[in-house]
Amino acid sequence: MQLTLWTYEGPPHIGAMRVATAMRGLHYVLHAPQGDTYADLLFTMIERRDARPPVTYTTFRAEDLGRDTAELFKQACADAYARFRPQAMIVGASCTAELIQDDPGGLARALDLPIPVIPLELPAYQKKENWGASETFYRLVRALAAAPVAPAPGGRDRRLCNILGPTALGFRHRDDLVEVRRLLARLGVGVNVVAPLGASPADLTRLPEAAFNVVLYPETGRAAAQYLEKAHGQPFVEIPPIGVGATKRFVEAVAAQAGVEAGPVLDDPGSRLPWYARSVDSTYLTGKRVFVFGDATHAVALARLAAREIGFRVVGLGTYERGFGREVRAEAALHGIEALVADDYLEVEAAIQAAAPDLVLGTQMERHVAKRLGLPCAVISAPAHVQDYPARHAPLMGFEGANVLFDTLVHPLMMGLEEHLLGLFREDREFHAEAAPSHLGASTVPPSLQDEARAPSPDRERVGVRVENAQDEAATDPLHRRDLSVEFSSLTPALSRSGEGAGRGPGDRPAAPAAAWAPEAERELKKIPFFVRSRARTNTETFARERMIPLITLETLYDAKAHFGR
Amino acid sequence: MNAPLPAEACGIDLVRERGQRAVFCGLTGIVWLHRKIQDAFFLVVGSRTCAHLIQSAAGVMIFAEPRFATAILDERDLAGIADAEAELDTAVERLVARRPDIRLLFLVGSCPSEVIKLDLTRAAFRLSRRLAPVRVLTYSGSGIETTFTEGEDACLAALVPELPEAEAGDGALLVAGALGDVVEDQFARLFADLGIPVRFLPGRRAEAMPAVRPGMPYLLAQPFLAGTARGLDGRGLRHLPAPFPLGAEGTTGWLQAAAEAFGVAPERFAAATQAGRRRAETALAPHRAALAGRRIFFFPDSQLEVPLARFLARELGAGIVEVGTPYLHRGLLAEEIARLPVGTRVVEGQSLDDQMDRARAARPDLAICGLGLANPLEAEGLATKWSIELLFTPVQGYEQAGDLAELFARPLRRRALLEV
Repeated sequence: MQLTLWTYEGPPHIGAMRVATAMRGLHYVLHAPQGDTYADLLFTMIERRDARPPVTYTTFRAEDLGRDTAELFKQACADAYARFRPQAMIVGASCTAELIQDDPGGLARALDLPIPVIPLELPAYQKKENWGASETFYRLVRALAAAPVAPAPGGRDRRLCNILGPTALGFRHRDDLVEVRRLLARLGVGVNVVAPLGASPADLTRLPEAAFNVVLYPETGRAAAQYLEKAHGQPFVEIPPIGVGATKRFVEAVAAQAGVEAGPVLDDPGSRLPWYARSVDSTYLTGKRVFVFGDATHAVALARLAAREIGFRVVGLGTYERGFGREVRAEAALHGIEALVADDYLEVEAAIQAAAPDLVLGTQMERHVAKRLGLPCAVISAPAHVQDYPARHAPLMGFEGANVLFDTLVHPLMMGLEEHLLGLFREDREFHAEAAPSHLGASTVPPSLQDEARAPSPDRERVGVRVENAQDEAATDPLHRRDLSVEFSSLTPALSRSGEGAGRGPGDRPAAPAAAWAPEAERELKKIPFFVRSRARTNTETFARERMIPLITLETLYDAKAHFGR
Repeated sequence: MNAPLPAEACGIDLVRERGQRAVFCGLTGIVWLHRKIQDAFFLVVGSRTCAHLIQSAAGVMIFAEPRFATAILDERDLAGIADAEAELDTAVERLVARRPDIRLLFLVGSCPSEVIKLDLTRAAFRLSRRLAPVRVLTYSGSGIETTFTEGEDACLAALVPELPEAEAGDGALLVAGALGDVVEDQFARLFADLGIPVRFLPGRRAEAMPAVRPGMPYLLAQPFLAGTARGLDGRGLRHLPAPFPLGAEGTTGWLQAAAEAFGVAPERFAAATQAGRRRAETALAPHRAALAGRRIFFFPDSQLEVPLARFLARELGAGIVEVGTPYLHRGLLAEEIARLPVGTRVVEGQSLDDQMDRARAARPDLAICGLGLANPLEAEGLATKWSIELLFTPVQGYEQAGDLAELFARPLRRRALLEV
């Protein structure tokens, strides 16, 4: 039993729905209790689809149990066929139906429908959404593209490929596909079938006509590609073209596979990222610490792009997909760090705090964690909310995708010139120590710290400052402002564990008390720009703690600075 | 009470339908209940699907330190029941240790936990003794047993046997049903003006649950509380039949039922309600122009459909094409049914595709439906109002009558507004 608040992935039948909803002419009959139809709204709301997903649920209830759930399933199948006349059907059970052990495959077979009916075994208590999508697509391909296709006269055209992997509810799958198609067209490579997104069951039977496959998302497409390789001798290219470097490698691999010339595409990539990253305004990006978390494909690709194409330093890399831990661990090793493979957001939150990044790249979840920690963040992977299924063209793949990613990664940070000026004018009124960073909204104080400040605490009594409405006073009264900063410094242990999650208890507080700050050092600290100040504070305190220094002086501050040498 | 009335006596055209249902399960009630009872925690014992559902329903709320979570069953739990009990105990003890502010813990049953017959009643009893003073209660929010708002009914019904006994001679009124705090405060002021002492179920804190006693009159603030009403009847309380406090008429009728039970003089009633009624009338007037004569179709969702149809028909002059409702408790809704236009088509239950066909054929001006249907129906050219909002928005009472009408008028206004 696992205690969970947030899940990065849904159950495996959601993955099956992502495949069914991506396709045309396919219908999914899902044996599931009343209530499981909630999943429809992921597609109608988050992805804003204009039709119901092609899913019929049996929606059985308690009164049906032990009596006629099997009959109910058969009826639902028959009705769905009669109403929707699909080219093929998939049938399966959700988690509860798995327990009542009706056999959807057998029951559907007994109906003897005049179309292929493909049973799905999706173990809901072991596997998750992405696995469900991959398995469903694999079963479909296996069932519908099983027969060898008679070879065309003169053999297969080498310059014809399939694109495998894009699904419904995929993160930017719609626009990635546009970019990949554009790349293939520039190479003179034709696309036979794109699947699952937009394909019909009839299209799947034509998969073997292509010479090779392009797998865009290994999570959903690799299993099917491996099958096609084995059954039909189609090799596959599995380089998600995210970032300029990856896109070039993708282009080279596809060109080699198709026997075409990669040169024209590589010579004129049409990406602004390389120049933008070289322009002097980007110099300040050098070595910015970035934490990357997401599905394996996006996490690995973004870590590479961040480090090699923008010049960030990757200080954290992880994925919630245990099945792809190996790939992510290998990439992390290249950055000299250890990968985090976890599906507990509290673990991820702790890792982000420990890594003290300047920028977080992650899922919707990391966006909230970063917000709580007051860190800049960009969403680069599912799960994502409605705003990350945008109206505008916003691919991550190909050369245009690299442009999108440059903007996405840099915008949450400040522009170089702006940062320089802030440093220069840091003693000015507008840029004083407590002024909130304009790009982070009104307050830099994490909510948990605000609560902390209001609650009676030994720290507060020691300092003896009234902090009710502290923020309002701080905004108007310089004297209070100074007192408040003392107050905050006394709460440093709380700050370093801010963003307390559901499961944090008092036992998680750092054991050693932080050293006190001499007023002079405290004043100096406030001259450091706010976006590095909290790390300077943490570093200095760590430095002082390790050396048993009871009072942090100006010298300690600069000793620590020299020691950590940023 | 709750004796079934013959359908023809109600003046409505009642149809029952079976088939695929597009509704939420009772777990969804947690999303608003946890905000109402501020020191309660809701622990769902279920599958990843349950966790995913609550995540989808709670939206961004999931990050505001919510007091709910899911204990996800895995293979090992399914292998043997004894093991699952030990695992549950461990999970709960860890949770309570981490959240010392929790005073009341609900173990919420789901479809998987009901199907494997995990005995949550026994677990609640066992954990209550072990974790005192934290109380542990249980109810089922499973889809096989409950539809959407019935989760609240099950939760409140679980509280009823626990309510303290009021002293004899305590002359208070009980109002059952979670209301927005702002609405509850308004009603408290109105009852004070009427000279009626009132308590609300659920209370806002575990220690502040209302005391009850036999003979105590109670009003239901929500139409979906059949189980809670049964529990209150079982403790000897007396149900006051009333319409539900939606719109000016419903609110007046609802308050009237209490006023009559407490012998409030008509002058005092008029004086206490006059200002509210006038303000509601002022707020409703502009929306009447937008909604009068519009034809409205309700898909089943929350059991609020019948009172809402009554409000739309009588106070805003809308025409009602079909009122879908997951269940029709005719005893509790008798006052509502009596106010519906004679011959109103009420459909209890659902066969989704057939109902969508009827909506397409009828081409209503506005379809009230869930989020899974709203965009698809909009894409077919039907104006929709998504129904979940009616549970999360304060809509009861005089001061909210205009807001309630606005919820229905806005999609129509928006449709008229958009040029492309």
